[in-house]
Amino acid sequence: MVLILILQFILTPVISPLCIGIVKKIKAKFQNREGASIFQPYRDIWKLMHKDEVISSDASWVFRCAPFIIFATTIIVGVNIPLFASFPLNGSTGDLLVVVYTLALGTFFLALAGMDTGSAFGGFGSSREVTVSALAEGGFILSLFTISLIIGTTNLFAISNAEVLLVTEFFLPTVISFAGFFIVLLAETGRFPFDNPATHLELTMIHEAMILEYSGKRLALMEWAAANKLFIFIAMGANLFFPFGIAQSADIQAILLSLTALFLKTFVLCAMVGIVESSMAKSRFFRLPDLLITSFILSAVAIGLVQIQSL
Amino acid sequence: MIRLFLKILKTRRITIPMLSMDREKSEVLVLGEKIQDKVKRLFNGSLAIRQVDGGSDNACEQELVALSNAFYDVERFGIHFVASPRHADMLMITGPVTRNMAKAVRRVYEATPNPKIVVAVGDEAITGGLFLGSYATCDGVNSVVPVDYGIPGDPPSPKTILVHLLNILETQDTHNAVIK
Amino acid sequence: MTNVITSELGFLILLFLYGIGANGSLIFGRNDVLANRWQSFSAIIGSLWGILFAMGAFVVPDMSFAFSSSISPLFSFSFHIDQLSAFFIFVISLITLFCSVYGIGYIKHYYNKYSIGALGFFYHLFIAGMLMVVTASNGLFFLIAWEFMSIASYFLVVYDSNDANNVKAGFLYLVMTHVGTAFIVVAFLLIYTYTGSFDFASIQSQAALIPAVIKDVIFLLALVGFGTKAGIIPFHIWLPAAHPAAPSHVSALMSGVMIKTGIYMMIRIFLDMLQPVPLWWGILVLIVGSVSALLGVLYALTEHDIKKLLAYSSIENIGIILLGLGSALIFTSLGNTPLALLGLGAGLFHTLNHATFKSLLFLSAGSVINQTHTRNMEEFGGLIKFMPQTALFFFVGSMAISALPPFNGFFSEWLTFQTLLQGIASADIFLKSIFILATGALAATGGLALACFVKAFGATFLARPRSSVVFHAQESSLSQSVGMGGLAILCLVCGVFSGYLGSLFVNIGTKLSAFQATPQILTISSGSTLIAPHGFGSVSAPVLFALFVLVVFTVIILIKFAVNKNQKTEIGATWDCGTNLTPRMEITSTGFARSIILIFAGILRPSVQHEVEYHDSEMRYFPKSRIVNLSTQDIYQSYLYQPLNSLITGLSVRFKVIQSGSMNVYVSYILIVVVVTIFLSQ
Repeated sequence: MVLILILQFILTPVISPLCIGIVKKIKAKFQNREGASIFQPYRDIWKLMHKDEVISSDASWVFRCAPFIIFATTIIVGVNIPLFASFPLNGSTGDLLVVVYTLALGTFFLALAGMDTGSAFGGFGSSREVTVSALAEGGFILSLFTISLIIGTTNLFAISNAEVLLVTEFFLPTVISFAGFFIVLLAETGRFPFDNPATHLELTMIHEAMILEYSGKRLALMEWAAANKLFIFIAMGANLFFPFGIAQSADIQAILLSLTALFLKTFVLCAMVGIVESSMAKSRFFRLPDLLITSFILSAVAIGLVQIQSL
Repeated sequence: MIRLFLKILKTRRITIPMLSMDREKSEVLVLGEKIQDKVKRLFNGSLAIRQVDGGSDNACEQELVALSNAFYDVERFGIHFVASPRHADMLMITGPVTRNMAKAVRRVYEATPNPKIVVAVGDEAITGGLFLGSYATCDGVNSVVPVDYGIPGDPPSPKTILVHLLNILETQDTHNAVIK
Repeated sequence: MTNVITSELGFLILLFLYGIGANGSLIFGRNDVLANRWQSFSAIIGSLWGILFAMGAFVVPDMSFAFSSSISPLFSFSFHIDQLSAFFIFVISLITLFCSVYGIGYIKHYYNKYSIGALGFFYHLFIAGMLMVVTASNGLFFLIAWEFMSIASYFLVVYDSNDANNVKAGFLYLVMTHVGTAFIVVAFLLIYTYTGSFDFASIQSQAALIPAVIKDVIFLLALVGFGTKAGIIPFHIWLPAAHPAAPSHVSALMSGVMIKTGIYMMIRIFLDMLQPVPLWWGILVLIVGSVSALLGVLYALTEHDIKKLLAYSSIENIGIILLGLGSALIFTSLGNTPLALLGLGAGLFHTLNHATFKSLLFLSAGSVINQTHTRNMEEFGGLIKFMPQTALFFFVGSMAISALPPFNGFFSEWLTFQTLLQGIASADIFLKSIFILATGALAATGGLALACFVKAFGATFLARPRSSVVFHAQESSLSQSVGMGGLAILCLVCGVFSGYLGSLFVNIGTKLSAFQATPQILTISSGSTLIAPHGFGSVSAPVLFALFVLVVFTVIILIKFAVNKNQKTEIGATWDCGTNLTPRMEITSTGFARSIILIFAGILRPSVQHEVEYHDSEMRYFPKSRIVNLSTQDIYQSYLYQPLNSLITGLSVRFKVIQSGSMNVYVSYILIVVVVTIFLSQ
C-alpha cells in the first residue's frame, strides 16, 4: 500500500517528459524528418538543472517561488487522480473540484511570474493565459461533471472504479463529453490550435512568453511542470472516460496490467495530440473563445443525453 | 488531408547522415580559450542555441534556418534553437556587429546564464569580412563579447555548420561522432 | 458570567458599548489623537464582546425579548436572536475587530483635515445599526434600524467631502438605499394587511393567510428592496460609487458586512417567514445570482480604479451567495431538505468567507492608497519592494477570492458547486438546464475572478513603478499590519477548519422553519471533512493543506539542496531585446483585461474615442496631441434609470398644471373634494 502511494507520487514527473518526447517525435515524423529521440526532454531537464541562473533585478519573491509552487501543484494533482489504481478511494482529496482548482493555483502563480519582471512579453502572455484559462474552466468542469453524473459522485477514484462506461448505454454522452474534454486538454496544455509550443515569435506565444525570463533550474521546473500537466490531462482523459484495465484490487498482476494499459492509452492520446498538431495551424487569438464555448456546449448536450438515457 | 498523410508515409527519409569521415576532415576554429570538457559533457546530449543577428547581411541566417529543415535536421542531435537568451547555452552571433547593435549583443551576452559558448558564424563575424574597416561596424564579434569558436565561410553551408557544431561538442576521450 | 454574556443583558450591553463609543468620540472630538484612540479601542472592546456573545448565543436556545412602547400597539423594540442572527452578529463583530485595529493606524491620515470625532460617532452608530438590523423582530423596528444603518453609512461615505465625486457618490447611495427601503416598506405593509401584525414570529405562524398572488408580489418587492442593499444587478449602481468613496476601513465593513444584511433578510423572509414557497422564486433568485456573478466580475475587469474593482468583485460574490440561496429555495420547494441545507450552508459559508477576504483586500488597498494618494492602478507598480507586508496580505486575499485551495474561498465554492451539481442531477429537464447554465456561470466566474485578481495584484505590486508616486510609499504601520495579518490568518484558518464550520451551518439551517422536517441525513460536513449528501463527494481540508505543505517543502528541499547545490544565481537586467525598458513597456491593467473585454464586447459595449489636436487645423497633417478614451457603456443608466427618471420627471411636469396659481381654481378644488366626501360617506 505504501508502495502504491509512492508510485502515485513519482509516476507523473517520471513519465511526463516521455510524453512530450513522443509528441515531438510524431510531429517530426509527419515533417519527414528524424527528430530528437523520445528521451530528449530528460536530457534537457538534466542539463538545465546543472546550469547557473540569471534573475532580473526587477523580480520579487513571486518570480523566485513560482516554479517550485507550480511544480508542486502538478505533483499534488498527480497524486489526486487515478493513474493506475482506482481502489484507494481517496475521500479526502481525490475530488474533481480539488483537481480543477489546484491546476488554477498553478495558473495563478504562472501568470503572476510572467508579470513580475516587467517585460512586455510576459505581461501579454499572462493576459492571454488567464483569458484562455477562464473560458476553458466552464468546459473543463462540465465535461467532468458529465461522467460524475453518470456514476453519481465527484470522487475521481470512485468514477474510474465503477464499471466500464463504453459498453453500457452511456456510450454517446461519454464520447461527446470526451470531445469537449479534449478541446480543454489542448487549451490548458498549450497545444495547437491554442498555442504553439515551439514558436520563436513572441507575439504568437502564450505559455512560452511567461517563461522567457527563466533560466537554469527554475526553467527546468517550469518545463517539467508543463510536461506534468500534459500527462495529467492525458491520464484524466484516459482513466476517467475510458477506464479499461485499471487496477481495482491490490494484487501485482492487476497493477502490472493497469500500468501497461496506462502506457498504451497514454501513447494513443499522445499520438492524437501529435496528429492534431501536425494537421492544423494555430488559430487567431480571438477565435479561441468560440472553440472553448463549443467545448462547454458539447458537455451540456452530453449531460442532457445522460438524463434521457437514465429515464 | 488523408492524401497528404499517405504522401508523408510513402516518402523516403531524406535526412542526410553524418559520417565520421566528414567530421575528421574539418577542424574547429578556436578563437578564445578552449572550453572545458565538463562543459562539453554537459551540452553533449542537449544544446540550446540562441541566434543573434549583429547587423549581418542575412546570408548566415538563411543557412542557420536551413539547419532545422528535414534535410539537415539538427534536432536529431539534441540541438535546438530557443527564443530567449536566458534559455540558451550557445550564442551564435552573425554579422560584423554594427555600432547600433553593439549594445544589444553585449546585453544578450550578459543575459545568458553560465556556462555558455559563444560562436561567431561567418567570415564577417570572425574578422569583419566584407565590411572590414568600415566606420559603421566593430570589425568582428570578438571586439564586443569574448568569442570561443568561429565557423568560417561566407556564408558557411549548413553541412559545414553542422560538422563544426558536432566537433565543438565532441568530448576529449571519444572520437565516435553521433551518426544518425 | 456566561449567563450574563448570553442573556438579553449581554446584547443590551453590546449596544450600549457602541453607544458609549459614539458619544465618547463626539465628546473627545477636539483632540484628534484622543478621539482616534477612543473610537478604535471602544470598537475593539465592543467587537470582542460581540464575538463572545455570538459564540455563547450559538449554544443557548433562542433568545427573544421585547420592550413594548406606548406609541402604538404595533411597534415594539423587540429582538429575536436565534442561531442565524448569532452567526451574523459574529461576522459583524469579527470584521469590526480587525477593521478597528487597522483604523488605529489608518485614521492618522485624516488628522487636521476632518473631524475625527464625527468619524467615530457615525462609525459606532453604523455598527450598532447593523447589529439591530440582524436581530430586530418587529417590522417597524426593523425599518428604523435599517434607516439608522443607511444614514450612518451615508455620512461615512461623504466623510472625505473635499472630493466632489465622493459627495455625488453619497447622494446616489442615499437615493438608491431609500428606493430599496421604499420597496421593503410596501412589502411589510402588504404583509401587515393580510396577517395583521408586524411581529416576525406571528407573521411566520400566520403566513398561510396571505393569498398566493400577494405572496408573489411581496417576494418581488423584497427581492428588489433587499437586493438593492445587497447589490444585485441591475440595482447595483450605487455600490461602485459609494464603496470607493468611504474611508477604507469603512469600505471594508460596508462591502464585507453591510451588503450581507440584505442577504440575511432574504434568508429570514424567504426561508423562515413566508414558507412554503413556490418553485419559481428559487429559479428567479438563481438566475439573478448567475447574472450578478458574471456581470460583476466582467465589470471588475474593466476597472482601473482599485477600489471600484473590489466593489464590483463584491457584486460578483453576492451573486455566488445567491446561487447557494436560490438552490436552497428550489430544493425546499421540491421538498428535498438535505440538499436545501447544503445550498444554505454554501451561501452562509461564502458570506463568512467573503467578509474576511474582501475586508482584507479593502484594507490593503487602503494602505496602498494612503501611501500613494491615488486610486488609479495605472500609476502603481513595483510596490512589492516598498510595501512587502501589505503586498503579502493582498496576495493572500487575492488567492482566497480566486477560490484557490487551501484558502477558505475554495471550500465555499466547493459547496456551491456540489449544490448545483445535485441540481443538475434532478429529473426535470427545465430545472436541469437552469442548473447547467448556473454551473457554467459559476465556473466562468471563478476563472474570470482569477484573471481579475492577477490583474489587480500584478499591476499594483509587481514589475517596475509606472509613475513617481510609488517612490514615496512606505510600509504600513504596525496596527494596520496587525489588522490585515489577522484577517489573512483567518482566511487560512477558515479554510483548513471548514469541516467544523460546516456542522455549524447545519445547526443554523435546521432552526429555520423551512427545515423543520429534515430527515437525519449527513450533509455539509462530518468531522473535518466537507461532504455532499448521498455520497456524492467529499473533501478534507486539513489533509489537503498538509499535502500542499508537504509537497512544496519536499520539492524546494530536493531541488535547491540536493540537485542544484553548486549552481550560482546572478542578478541581471530584464531581457529587453537590446532596447531600454521604460515603464510604458510594461503591461497596464487596462491592457491586461483588454482581450476579455473584447471577447465579451456584446455585454460590455466598449468604445474607443479619439480626440486629436493638430498643429495646422486646416491641413490636419501633423497632430500635436491625441487623447484616446477607452470606456464601457453604462447600460443601466441609459436603459433603466434614465428612462425611469425621464418618465417620473415628465409625469411630474404634467401634474404641475393643477397648480394654476389662481385662487378661484383652488376654492373650486375644495368644493369638489367636500362634495365627493359627502357622497362617499353616504
